Amino acid sequence: MLATETQTSDTHAHHEEHEHHELGFVQKYIFSEDHKTIAKQYLISGLIWAFFGGAMSILFRLQLGFPDMSMEFLRPVLGHWITSDGKLETEFYLALVTMHGTVMVFFVLTAGLSGTFSNFLIPLQVGARDMASGFINMLSYWFFFISSCIMFASLFVETGPASGGWVIYPPLSALPQAMPGSGLGMTLWIFSMAIFVVSALMGGINYICTVINLRTRGMSFTKLPLTIWAFFLTAVLGLLSFPVLFSGVLLLFFDRTFGTSFYLSEIYIGGEALPNIGGSAILYQHLFWFLGHPEVYIVLLPALGITSEIIATNSRKPIFGYRAMIFSMIGISFLAFIVWAHHMFVTGMNPFLGSVFMFLTLIIAVPSAVKSFNYITTLWKGNIVFTPAMLFSIGLVSLFISGGLTGLILGNSALDIQLHDTYFVVAHFHLVMGAASFFGFVAGVYHWFPKMFGKMMNPTLGYIHFWMTFAGIYLVFFPMHYIGIAGFPRRYYAFTSVNGFEDFTDMNKFITIAAGITFASQALFAYNFISSIFKGKTAPLNPWKSNTLEWTTPINPEHGNWPGNIPAVYRWPYDYSKPGAPDDFIPQNVPYSATPESNLPHENDEIAKEKEIEGLLPYQNESYIGR
Amino acid sequence: MNILAGILALVFLVLSILVIRRSGKLAKSLSVSEVEADYSAVTSSNKANAIGFVLFFVIGCVLGVWSFINSMPQMFQKPNSIHGVGTDNMFWISMSVVTFAFFATTGFLFYFSWRYQYNKNRVAKFYPENHTLELIWTVVPAIIMAGLVFSGWKSWSAIMSEAPKDAIVIEVIGQQFGWKVRYAGVDNNVLGNYDYKKIDNTNDLGIDLSDENSFDDFIPAEMHLPKGVPVLLKIRAKDVLHSVFMPDMRVKMDAVPGMPTKFWFTATATTEEKRAEKENQDYNFKINCAEVCGNGHYTMSIIFKVDEPEDFKKWYAEQKSFLTMFPEYLDKVPEKLRSKAAKYASPAPTEVETPVTVASN
Repeated sequence: MLATETQTSDTHAHHEEHEHHELGFVQKYIFSEDHKTIAKQYLISGLIWAFFGGAMSILFRLQLGFPDMSMEFLRPVLGHWITSDGKLETEFYLALVTMHGTVMVFFVLTAGLSGTFSNFLIPLQVGARDMASGFINMLSYWFFFISSCIMFASLFVETGPASGGWVIYPPLSALPQAMPGSGLGMTLWIFSMAIFVVSALMGGINYICTVINLRTRGMSFTKLPLTIWAFFLTAVLGLLSFPVLFSGVLLLFFDRTFGTSFYLSEIYIGGEALPNIGGSAILYQHLFWFLGHPEVYIVLLPALGITSEIIATNSRKPIFGYRAMIFSMIGISFLAFIVWAHHMFVTGMNPFLGSVFMFLTLIIAVPSAVKSFNYITTLWKGNIVFTPAMLFSIGLVSLFISGGLTGLILGNSALDIQLHDTYFVVAHFHLVMGAASFFGFVAGVYHWFPKMFGKMMNPTLGYIHFWMTFAGIYLVFFPMHYIGIAGFPRRYYAFTSVNGFEDFTDMNKFITIAAGITFASQALFAYNFISSIFKGKTAPLNPWKSNTLEWTTPINPEHGNWPGNIPAVYRWPYDYSKPGAPDDFIPQNVPYSATPESNLPHENDEIAKEKEIEGLLPYQNESYIGR
Repeated sequence: MNILAGILALVFLVLSILVIRRSGKLAKSLSVSEVEADYSAVTSSNKANAIGFVLFFVIGCVLGVWSFINSMPQMFQKPNSIHGVGTDNMFWISMSVVTFAFFATTGFLFYFSWRYQYNKNRVAKFYPENHTLELIWTVVPAIIMAGLVFSGWKSWSAIMSEAPKDAIVIEVIGQQFGWKVRYAGVDNNVLGNYDYKKIDNTNDLGIDLSDENSFDDFIPAEMHLPKGVPVLLKIRAKDVLHSVFMPDMRVKMDAVPGMPTKFWFTATATTEEKRAEKENQDYNFKINCAEVCGNGHYTMSIIFKVDEPEDFKKWYAEQKSFLTMFPEYLDKVPEKLRSKAAKYASPAPTEVETPVTVASN
């Protein structure tokens, strides 16, 4: 009985394969329901956005570093955003700052990072043929695409895109008379973000369902790679926090459009007293940061997950403290929801709340510290192979430590009084969240490129790319702390009204030059990425000698990922350099019964469970019938 | 600056040369043997990358320490308020803790990267967990955090406590793109009410003249405050969010339309003393704006002078109330209070001046 069932499902699987060979171009590459294609779509969109986001930062860095410089040469691109005397318009400066933040946080590091690697790796690493719902997954990408188009279009609005900072605090963002960017540009921002939230939720639900329901036989939660744990927790964070942003901007939309007073009260602007009474501008900040803080971890956790996998693989060692890593990620995810108001110590919030949030904020440093120590211990007595992905992962740990440590200072509300909204904060979060997550993103691309495109990237270009980026990031953001300690506020077009502004003229020039070189060196990556897709060497099946399931698929996996049965999983993913084993890695699908020479005592007991795991095959195959 | 740019260029140059030299070798080795089936992720650059981390750490530390010491005079601006001295001390103590942690962890990270670089004759140590270690590095950071939290909480509570009764009350109002100030006047230390609907071109702070406390309120041409006497800032905004930021006083508090906020502090140096310390006769204390508020955000600042208490008293007594400057606003005072209000409006010894606004920008 069981045997026949297996057979039917097998033939069905083959039948499906044939169907997919007949897919047209549109279904295969555009409106694809294959998680691998969707991942690549996210990846390429994310990289394009990263270029725009980075270019914007170079523009405003030019203004900060070389305030006297003539920007006349940009007139063909920027048109009326260059004043008649060749300077950047002040309102366009703010627009650049705002769009840089929005694009980087949401489109590059949320959609680009999670979208790419959650989509690509969850089915491959848990052993599933695709996401729980390929259709919703496709919708998720296309909603993101629409959201991108709206945001991109807002750049060309005559009054400019949203310009009140990426946090778009009302009343500034609610009142078109307060600044030009709060007109049509702001409306488009709200629409774009609302659609983005829809996309993020559809993606997140899919990730969660897939991890819970579609794990292959034997893949218990305690055998999941840390990448999957990270993506899973990230999706949970997004699912719980993005709706709050949605409601926040919805109320803002009401205030802007229907004359409600959720955030507006007692405002006199443009020679006119507005009728709105009783709203609270602080309410918006609470709603925003209820997303905004988990968002930091939505951006960071996938990068840490990717890093865990890459560091273990390339140290040829098990990740140190697998369970501690999981618990610290769960701890971080939980605490992420109850620290949001540390962004609001000096907003006039009740000081008692400030004390509570300071306490909770500094607690979150403990699991973060544990993670860093565990990474370092994983390197200890390893046999480290410096692939470009490994370099970027070690770089990530370094940036995570450097940026995280200053968080201990900013999380202290008494110290935050002086440092809030200065360049100290800018330096802090660019290191710990921006650059660290970006490093995770790039590390992931280098590591899984062979699986994505079946080709190898050029490692040498990867090394140069890493060293230039790593040095560049530190040269940009390390000195920025000094400017912050001196009390220079952020989002300033020029520092002429600040005491001692001429003290840091040279420093600002230096930072701008370093930023320019860092940005330019990303061209190496772009070149390597594109040329390797077309001209790269064909990848071997398992180039990094890694244990996880994605390397058991063919070089270019078809829709469905594994041509025959999905492999079963018998062991955790970190059996590297196990004493007694002939190779320095034992993939997850190798049963303990096949490795008697390297089994630890308690693992011999696991052999008994293998029959049970194998017995699940028919049920697993059955579950794919009709998909 | 030139030195910095030079060093930067040099670092990149050395790095590029190192790696390009390596890549030449690599390209040769690649062209000789068709690596495909026997692919190895270990390249001939493995050692160079390992050394790179150590070099990076050493050069980074040297540059970091040098630039820190070099920027010290510009970075470290002396605090001029009582609580500011405390928070600055705490800042530098926390900074030392953090710097120690930075050197320890980053040092190990980069040292291990070099020390345990790939060697085909060696096998990595299978070392999946150690509960004692994990416990140590959970508990130790937790204790250090607890210490930081406790000291932070103590000083935060003190700073945010209720202002002393005798604190001089000053209202600071943010608007696009400048600050205005209002004082409670000679009779008592109480500001009159305001109502944003009463704002007009002259009464641009919306002083509510039906409240008798407002009769002696004055809006000076220049902001002054006394040294050594607690000052309570009552902060509000007319249009959008702003943030009162007095870098020298270590004061920052948002100005929120519809929700008054406050901050109290005690200045410890007069403007004259600060100028002497800075050896700069043009130095002035300033309020900047720290919350983005529109195109002119970066220009939004106001000078304030810190005087010796007796000078401040003298200055305070010389100021003319709003009603004195604009007697026509007597009409807005309710009938029954008008005689009382007239007391503040009548003694107009000098001619009525043009509307006085506190210099913005």
